[in-house]
Amino acid sequence: MIILWTDALIYLLLISSISLGFLLRNNESLKRPFNKIAANKSAMVSMVILLFFLAVGLLDSIHFREEGQQSSDIISVLDYCVKPLWQQNEKTYSAPFSAYLYSKEYITLTAEHQVWTFPRLQFGGSHLANPELEKTSDVFMRLMIGLSKGFSLCLVGLGIYWLFRGKSLGYKLHQYRPGFIGTTIIILMMGGAGLMELSTHYHVLGTDKVGEDVFYQTIKSVRTGLVIGTLTTFIMLPLAIIFGLLAGFYRGWVDDLIQYLYTTLNSIPSVLLIAASILMVQVYMANHAESFTNLESRADLRLLFLCLILGVTSWTGLCRMLRAETLKLREMGYIQAATVLGVKPFGIIAQHILPNVMHIILISVVLDFSALVLAEAVLSYINIGVDPSTYSWGNMINGARLEMAREPVVWWPLIAAFIFMFVLVLTANLFADAVRDAFDPRRSQNGQ
Amino acid sequence: MANSVLSVKGLSVQFQTENETVKAVDNISFDIFEAETFGLVGESGSGKSVSALAVLRLLPHSAKMNGEYLYFKDQDLLTLTEMGMCEIRGRRIAMIFQDPMVALNPVKSIGFQIAEVIKLHFTVSSFEIQDRVVELLRQVEIPSPESRMNDFPHQFSGGQLQRIMIAVALAGEPDLLIADEPTTALDVTIQAQILILLKAIQARIGMSLWLISHDLALVSTVVDRVAVMQRGHIVEVAPTKQLFKDPKHTYTQTLLAALPSFNSCKTKAVLTRNNLLELVNVRISYPIRKGIFNRVVSHMQAVDGVSFSIQEGQTLALVGESGCGKTTLAKGLLNLIAEVEGQVLWAGKKINGLQGESLRLMRSKIQIIFQDPFLSMNPRMLVGQIIDEGMRSLHSQLSFADRQSKVAELLQQVGLPAECAMRYPHEFSGGQRQRICIARALAVQPKLIICDEPTSALDVSVQEKIIELLKSLQRQYGISYLFITHDLAVVAEIADELAVMYKGKIVESGPVYQVLNYPQQPYTQRLLNAVPKINFD
Repeated sequence: MIILWTDALIYLLLISSISLGFLLRNNESLKRPFNKIAANKSAMVSMVILLFFLAVGLLDSIHFREEGQQSSDIISVLDYCVKPLWQQNEKTYSAPFSAYLYSKEYITLTAEHQVWTFPRLQFGGSHLANPELEKTSDVFMRLMIGLSKGFSLCLVGLGIYWLFRGKSLGYKLHQYRPGFIGTTIIILMMGGAGLMELSTHYHVLGTDKVGEDVFYQTIKSVRTGLVIGTLTTFIMLPLAIIFGLLAGFYRGWVDDLIQYLYTTLNSIPSVLLIAASILMVQVYMANHAESFTNLESRADLRLLFLCLILGVTSWTGLCRMLRAETLKLREMGYIQAATVLGVKPFGIIAQHILPNVMHIILISVVLDFSALVLAEAVLSYINIGVDPSTYSWGNMINGARLEMAREPVVWWPLIAAFIFMFVLVLTANLFADAVRDAFDPRRSQNGQ
Repeated sequence: MANSVLSVKGLSVQFQTENETVKAVDNISFDIFEAETFGLVGESGSGKSVSALAVLRLLPHSAKMNGEYLYFKDQDLLTLTEMGMCEIRGRRIAMIFQDPMVALNPVKSIGFQIAEVIKLHFTVSSFEIQDRVVELLRQVEIPSPESRMNDFPHQFSGGQLQRIMIAVALAGEPDLLIADEPTTALDVTIQAQILILLKAIQARIGMSLWLISHDLALVSTVVDRVAVMQRGHIVEVAPTKQLFKDPKHTYTQTLLAALPSFNSCKTKAVLTRNNLLELVNVRISYPIRKGIFNRVVSHMQAVDGVSFSIQEGQTLALVGESGCGKTTLAKGLLNLIAEVEGQVLWAGKKINGLQGESLRLMRSKIQIIFQDPFLSMNPRMLVGQIIDEGMRSLHSQLSFADRQSKVAELLQQVGLPAECAMRYPHEFSGGQRQRICIARALAVQPKLIICDEPTSALDVSVQEKIIELLKSLQRQYGISYLFITHDLAVVAEIADELAVMYKGKIVESGPVYQVLNYPQQPYTQRLLNAVPKINFD
């Protein structure tokens, strides 16, 4: 097993959030908001979908070196699970579910006879003798097989749930809208299994310029999107929160210093900073070639640095908002009452100011999350984003620039990246909305 | 009787919320006659403002109104088109709102804002408009209207702004003027002036005036007839004198009984006990900074040489207009403002300028209750946590279980069930919130509680209960109060001694009975005269 830098950070995040949840599991004042989220249909559905994304991302974060192959490539558990997807490469573009390439070629039929036509794909639909006639029924059959596989998997899960129904665990689960969660899980499992079944014999989202399966690229991009979204946010958040709250609460020279800091940082074009640091990393990797023996670790370090520098350049906006809000809040009666009750400054910041700016933090984190995924695409455009060998929605969108200009248009990589990004950002938004409402006690109690 | 200007029959307004329908106004009927002053009195939430907005058809979308008829002169406003209503609003029926600070546009001159109304309703030349604006400003007694009409709202005081609002309302030459709590946001001395002005203008131009207020005593000084409103119903309508002499409905009787009067004040001589808190020549000033280097160019003296003392188990009331430095003084006493000159002595020891641990020790001795119970509690904390907070920080020797039982005990003491600890502040009414604030202050077992206008945001009947609670707590624990207020009637109820503050100085102080009944200083006399009194003759 090989642990890359971003893997380590993802594990760290996962462990710390699980242990945080474990520590707070009996906190009375948190129970009510969590029950409120649990009662919210769209939030629970979003959560299941987000967890699905997370699971894909996590599977993709466990890397190991495959033995017995001639290539020394590092692969992840996800790669292992979907082997046919990345081993069955075509020559160039092919449309979704197509059995033919997207561009014409000379095909030699006999020694003297050649035709200028669309050749058959090497893998996609290659088992069909006559694709025109058999494809639809074959696709339907395989879809049905996949769906029923997924469904039987769900039935096993349901059976386990049924066994524990009477027990305390089952009872606890019972509160959290099992109908909606169950339906979402069943749909996701069936859909996933159907897609997997189909993708062993077809390219369900087509192939790209070098013949790689687009579906594979899209699910590989989930990890990149999640890493850029979460790592950057976790680098940005402490800076923004600490500086913003301190500046607003203490005012005076602390405020002056922090304002000076973020005004200076803001006045430097962030693209310049990002370009400079990415180039620095590249130079460093070139000078220390012995420690970066494979492509993956190079691409990974570049991704990590991208997150770092994006985080360092993007905290100023949130910081400024938090400073303004803190300035307003510190004049509130309850802050003065807390001072009079002898609560120490850090207690006031932690108990009174932070919870009351939490909605701003949540909203801007979710908005930033989508903006960061997009920023990655923009940066890839000027070649300072993630490594070109890293799968990312940004790289796919970047590639679509030329594909959209092509005649006939190659639309599937863009659409695939768009749909996955859209679902991720939408569910993150819906879930964050529910979280914000649940933690705002002024909202109506039934939380619908 | 003369013809009626407004005739309302069976008006109801309902608000549709997510899971219930709230009847804000329930089947009310009344008439307002020509050149009459009609008063509508009720507690907050009784539906008085809603009925005024309903007459103008300015209700929010979530509201539904219906009724038999709603005649203004000979037009039924219930069936009139929206275009027709635009002709009525501002021109025939005008309205004045509670807070003049937010009702005027801050980036337009006041002359422009008055002229806007004239231009909308009359076709006149710009010279005539100019003359008309000056005349209106003169009517509402703004000094030198020719030059001041080009000034902006922030250049006027609160009382002057309310006068300007009246001028804006009068610009359309309405037949009916609705004044919704026109003086609530103003000081006592200015309140009376505004009412007298309204009454004088009404008499001069012969329009009808509909005055909406929560203050029965205030209304009684100007109106001809009063309607008393309770929970959406009009429970009694009667000529003012008759209503005060012979209230028919029980609710009116309780309202009248709840009116604080000076007669109730403590007359017994104050026993001389130990001084708990003594102020010697206390001065607090705010630096005024100017220029690019933020140099301090001068100081604004908010509190200018104040001396008084509070004895154990006694209540000292500090009375003065807004901006006279009362609240600044309170913050100075609590060390919320660092620069306090002079001496603040606690049992003989100087406490101003304390820092660190010694300041924290002092914190448990002096506590504060704020004016606005809606802003003085963290909306994201449970009531239990709010009350617990002070004990956790100042009495850290107590265990969690001890503190929990103390919280329950405190809640019961202030008259709330112990289960309230697991609820959030927004689930409570204003009076209940103020009780929670009192419990929070009591939790650290203080010797002195500074009450900064604790009742001014509350209804009369609730006010009385809070005062009763404070008094019983004083008897039980021997707590002293520094009671800051602008309301002299409340002072009579609770205070042992009274200090009158004016422009940062104490102008008069002494036992409450003496100051209220035999005021020596002209300012105190002015303050006392401005308090609305009910005439029973």
